[in-house]
Amino acid sequence: MELSGSRILVECLKREGVRVLFGYPGGVNLPVFDALYDEKEIDVVLCRHEQGGIHMAEGYARATGQPGVALVTSGPGATNTVTGLTDAYMDSTPIVVITGQVPTHLLGNDAFQEADVVGITRPCTKYNVLVTKVGDLAQAVKEAFYIATSGRPGPVLIDLPKDVALAKTRFKYPEKVSLRSYAPALKGNKWQIKQAAEAILKARRPVIYAGGGVLASNAHTELCELAELTNIPLTLTVMGLGAFPGTHRLFLGMLGMHGTYCANMSIHHADLIIAIGARFDDRVTGRVADFSRAHIIHIDVDPTSIHKNIKADVPIVGDARLVLNDLIEILQAHGIEKMESHADWAAQIALWRAEHPLSYTQNDNEVIKPQYVIEKISEMAPKEAIITTDVGQHQMWAAQFYKFDCPRTFINSGGLGTMGYGLPAAIGAQKAYPNRRVICISGDGSIVMNIQEIATAVEQRLPVKVAIINNQYLGMVRQWQQLFYNKRYSSSYMGDAIDFVKLAEAFGAAGLRATKVVEVEPVLQKAMAIDGPVIIDFKVSPTENCYPMIPAGAAINEMVFADPETPASALAVENVDGVLTA
Amino acid sequence: MQHVISVLVENKSGVLSRVSGLFSGRGFNIDSLSVAPTLDPSASMMTIVTQGDDRIIEQITKQLNKLVDIIKVVDITENEYIEREMVLIKVSARQEERAEVFRIADIFRARILDSSSTSYTIEATGDAKKIGAIVDQLRPLGIKEFMRTGRIAIARKSESGEPAEKVKVPRPHRR
Repeated sequence: MELSGSRILVECLKREGVRVLFGYPGGVNLPVFDALYDEKEIDVVLCRHEQGGIHMAEGYARATGQPGVALVTSGPGATNTVTGLTDAYMDSTPIVVITGQVPTHLLGNDAFQEADVVGITRPCTKYNVLVTKVGDLAQAVKEAFYIATSGRPGPVLIDLPKDVALAKTRFKYPEKVSLRSYAPALKGNKWQIKQAAEAILKARRPVIYAGGGVLASNAHTELCELAELTNIPLTLTVMGLGAFPGTHRLFLGMLGMHGTYCANMSIHHADLIIAIGARFDDRVTGRVADFSRAHIIHIDVDPTSIHKNIKADVPIVGDARLVLNDLIEILQAHGIEKMESHADWAAQIALWRAEHPLSYTQNDNEVIKPQYVIEKISEMAPKEAIITTDVGQHQMWAAQFYKFDCPRTFINSGGLGTMGYGLPAAIGAQKAYPNRRVICISGDGSIVMNIQEIATAVEQRLPVKVAIINNQYLGMVRQWQQLFYNKRYSSSYMGDAIDFVKLAEAFGAAGLRATKVVEVEPVLQKAMAIDGPVIIDFKVSPTENCYPMIPAGAAINEMVFADPETPASALAVENVDGVLTA
Repeated sequence: MQHVISVLVENKSGVLSRVSGLFSGRGFNIDSLSVAPTLDPSASMMTIVTQGDDRIIEQITKQLNKLVDIIKVVDITENEYIEREMVLIKVSARQEERAEVFRIADIFRARILDSSSTSYTIEATGDAKKIGAIVDQLRPLGIKEFMRTGRIAIARKSESGEPAEKVKVPRPHRR
């Protein structure tokens, strides 16, 4: 039987297991939306802006591990996806984006709503393809899902011209895909893994540094097993939070620019760093020249991540779960009992932990501290609750003060730092898990970047809770201006002009507000009891800064713990080595 | 140090752009680039001449390998290799200079492809050193136009891994 391109697309999506699709219709993708109209198996979520749609697909993918799918129209619809594609590329999030395109005979003619989408998105996708013949479509979709989800996951874009969506052909679903030019190595090299095991047995000051790759490969169980087997303390990147229980005795907290003192000191003084699914990002390493002198085992599925920023001594290219399984097996078979004792090291770490724990002060009669709100959310939310954030101070406080115990419960924009990510990502996650608690922790700056999506949450009856940490500033910008730009607060003040309660109500959601410390808990309880989307406006201290902090250009052991008394510019601005500006 | 990297790619639209975009996006340099289909028309071979320290070259080869449409990446300069480049040079040649151009062409085993009353067009093939030398010799006479293909290279060791034999470079026929 002959099917149209749009029907073929829908059939292929179904066979890939797609149950939810985030989309926005427009001129050239109408054939596809028409094909979706009577489709029972695919639930179409109408986003209010294509950027929101992409972030929803990302949130869905990060919460489930399954690829998120978005469908948008040509031209502006497609260009609106660029931020989300770049975000997914940086954070290795598997999404498949289908963009409508003008009919093939108009390609290159500056037609209405035409854009060279494949050209524009080439550097921000793992792969993209313009399908010019309906006979190629099924194969293209199959390949897109395979590429998006295998190896180091990432975004794949399919550009589908309108005439291809309308053209008919015999539909044959390609059962398998084989690409001579693409075969990610998943199984780690046995000899290298053996080298790693030997290094672990000999180490006196070892530390595990794990990132988002552990979550991507579902290796959280193996990670925990390795840490407990070897008794090696462990730190996580912002992308890795949730991959190891936040309440575990071996957990050091997050590392990096706003990481804990004990995590950063452990990395700095370690004699062995076991990096798993992490990429030595500049926010983690601080000044590269003064990064730890430790022996480094680096496990990553992406060969380009190895030796990119920091030279590894034992490079292992492979999937984290498979490599960890092999590593654990070798350790158990060969003398785990002969392992060096880490008693001194553990004692040293305990000292660091006690010396500068994460802290803030909150008196009942003063203004609400942002950290307090996050601690309260952490206390009240169930273990399997999913937290999304936007970008800025609130994101770092959430990473510091929320105790993530389950994998895939922290969804934030780590690599690209996309403000406006949190709310749509929460909608995507809630769509995947209607019965789990999903909370978006946001800021008064970030939330308005994709506030329109609250309409999506209302329409879809998704009980997403949005906690706005409202300090009237672009807080992280203000913090940098205070510390590094002589308190010249250029364009970082936003004020309190927006009434978020009324805004929520205007969208048909519930709006709540807390301005006093005593109100925080009751308001949170009230929000959780409401069966629908809620925006909570937490009026917090405008001047609270996020500490500890490694100033830009400083080394990982040069942390700052409080506002300096000396003029801010003394704080290493001159050291900024180009890479570390923000 | 200069490296010559052979990149076997799918012969489809957009691949060149992926490669050049990778170089520009990550701040790598391309000194020269040549592309043509292989014996298998579904694949093309790119020869990229680039430079950088070991870390950069490692990143270049790994990043190239990561691109989905790229089948194989070989840093030819890691082992023994042979490289060639062709240039077409239109050189000014009047009266007494004409003999001089002829003589230089002869020395470098270059061919004269075309002649007019005021110029000769010369084809020369060789490695970078030889091309440099002939250009140096011809420059004082006045080079009017200059076209070069960019380098291509081939490893001396065969693909099947046999050790490189002592290859006898055949001498050109002319004289």
